[in-house]
Amino acid sequence: MLEGKVISLIILLPLISFLILGFFGRRYFKTFSGIVGTTSIFASALLSLITAYQYFFVVGQVNGVYQKIIALKYTWLQFTPNISIDLGIILDPISVMMIVVVTFISLMVHVYSLGYMKGEDRFSVYYSFLSLFTFSMLGLVLACNIFQIYIFWELVGVSSFLLIGFYYDKPSAVAASKKAFIVTRFADLGFLIGILILSFNAETLDFETLIQRLTSPESNFLKGIVASSFLGFSALSWGLVLVFMGGAGKSAMFPLHIWLPDAMEGPTPVSALIHAATMVVAGVYLVARLFPIYALSCPGALHVVAYVGIFSSLFAAIIACTQTDIKRVLAFSTMSQIGFMMFALGVSSYGGENGLGYMASMFHLFTHAMFKALLFLGAGAVIHYVHSNEIKDMGGLRKFMPITHLTFLIACLAIAGIPPFAGFFSKEEILSAAFQSNPVIFYLAIATAGITAFYMFRLYFSIFWNKEAHLHGEHHGEGSGTMLLPLVILGVCSIVAGFVPFGKFVSSDGAELHTEMHLTFSIAPVLIALGGIFLAMSFYKNANEKANNISVALKGIYTYAYNKFYFDEIYLFITKKLIFNLIGRPAAWFDKNIVDGFINLLATLTQEISDTIKGMQSGRVQNYAIYFFFGIIGFVILFIFLLK
Amino acid sequence: MNQIPLEHILFVSTALFFIGVYGFFTRKNMIMMLMSVELILNSVNINFITFNKYLFPDKLNGVFFSIFIIVIAAAEAAVAIAIIINLYRSHNSIDVDDTNEMKY
Repeated sequence: MLEGKVISLIILLPLISFLILGFFGRRYFKTFSGIVGTTSIFASALLSLITAYQYFFVVGQVNGVYQKIIALKYTWLQFTPNISIDLGIILDPISVMMIVVVTFISLMVHVYSLGYMKGEDRFSVYYSFLSLFTFSMLGLVLACNIFQIYIFWELVGVSSFLLIGFYYDKPSAVAASKKAFIVTRFADLGFLIGILILSFNAETLDFETLIQRLTSPESNFLKGIVASSFLGFSALSWGLVLVFMGGAGKSAMFPLHIWLPDAMEGPTPVSALIHAATMVVAGVYLVARLFPIYALSCPGALHVVAYVGIFSSLFAAIIACTQTDIKRVLAFSTMSQIGFMMFALGVSSYGGENGLGYMASMFHLFTHAMFKALLFLGAGAVIHYVHSNEIKDMGGLRKFMPITHLTFLIACLAIAGIPPFAGFFSKEEILSAAFQSNPVIFYLAIATAGITAFYMFRLYFSIFWNKEAHLHGEHHGEGSGTMLLPLVILGVCSIVAGFVPFGKFVSSDGAELHTEMHLTFSIAPVLIALGGIFLAMSFYKNANEKANNISVALKGIYTYAYNKFYFDEIYLFITKKLIFNLIGRPAAWFDKNIVDGFINLLATLTQEISDTIKGMQSGRVQNYAIYFFFGIIGFVILFIFLLK
Repeated sequence: MNQIPLEHILFVSTALFFIGVYGFFTRKNMIMMLMSVELILNSVNINFITFNKYLFPDKLNGVFFSIFIIVIAAAEAAVAIAIIINLYRSHNSIDVDDTNEMKY
């Protein structure tokens, strides 16, 4: 039984908590804000688990195929009889999987923040923003209408902006939040145009109808949208690529990735929730949501997805090897892993065995959320301990933080793809999907997997081994129970999540997808990952000069990678030098001189005229009488002699 | 009995009218201006009576009009004098040029 009203509570509970904490938190709740927020998200998580159980095991399946269930639908804005913006709840395997992931990770982050943010001045504001984010993200994944997804898409953007800029007295945080908002907003412009193109041609905003109208070959809508073309590509390709542009902005795909590393200015739990596990995978989710259209009607757009994905993945992995801020390493690793999900979607096709990539992508999204949240929370614990983000301030922490050390190791093994940890299973599925359809992508992906193992263990060894810890002053221990509990839970999840028979639940067409592990196939990726790990071990386990020597030997490339291939500078050049100078300044000049000038001219004219004629109102009654008299005479002449 | 020609009467009334207008424009004393207005009104009265007599001798419309005008002129004189008295109390003058700050 799936009651729409009950499911809507999953979304509404965080909203209520946001409103309560936002309005009354600072005055009435103070330190209890955390409890309020955590309780509401706990209830929400519980409800989504029940929903998932009901959906996957009781009512979701009809004849072995998981159905799309519209649990709730409310017409909000009716434009024409055909087009309306609805607010509703769609339940299908990916949305149900996503609500579980979102509420679960969000719960972990809420609990963790109880310890991490303790004593913060704006504690309740922090929790109200977290609730706002959770609400928006749940609304996004449950959206049944492409415009609803857009609304919540912007809402997650806003909450991300608010949370990145949480420490608003820090100029770098303010700059980072602005950057994140502007870059994603720019991408969302593409998304909006894409929505308009698709919905204009399909005459609907509803997902189900949209997919159905744009996939069935005999549909007139599909013929129309394919026939109309612009710059040599069909309107359908444009629409889908532009929608993907929105997704790429949110998911930090090349070349719209520049905001993600800077977004690490926010509090670390926020990075775990928003910039690792949930919001940044919204782009993947969006492509997955429209996947039938991509796969059946426009494989060209899907190729774009695949190549952008693999390129971002490799690109980010290379940069991650050179960064020294641990959160930035994790940010680039997130970008790289999302690249994996993207190209897995890109190499997939619709239905049956060929839909492996789709399932693998969703599987990786699921497992990645667990271990990447764990990595971030672990990094948060480390930062909390040493009060620094820089690798050079760390080292030898394994004796001081045993639990963090162990869970961090689990997460690193998971992301490196070592069996039997979660990342292994999902990454194997992705690699085999790539292997079946596109060898170029496969080899690049396997190289990226090796680099991933290397930089993750570079991080691990640098933090927990390397030199002996030199700690100054007394220390407060590893952290409170509320910080360690989520680490342990997520650590356990990172081990067991891989054993979920994912293909049974999530597949491109809803039918069960049998996946089997090919042991021989798995050998190569695992060996490469192990190679990466051993390389990192020899470089970083003990303090030595090897890594330094290599970076000196690779001088040019190292500098390029260290500076993120100068993409920030390129963007700054394009915006500050080109756009500001060539478009901004002339536009400002035009505005200042022509537009304002015209208005000022009107004002000056009015003033001049009134200056000259205001003497007429002298206050002398007899002057008025003379004006009146000659006025009458004028009228007399006019009417009697001139207008006969 | 010889009738006075129409032109003569109109000449008188026109002269009276313009004397009134001239007085209204040039006198600074408000009482004088009020008197000039009375001249203008009376010139109109003369016109009404004259045209009534010469054009429609068996009707009385013009006569009634002039009676109305006399009544209204009396009322107007009362109001005007009341205004002038008030003005005198506040300004200590009935010179029309001294009242130009009333424009504000």
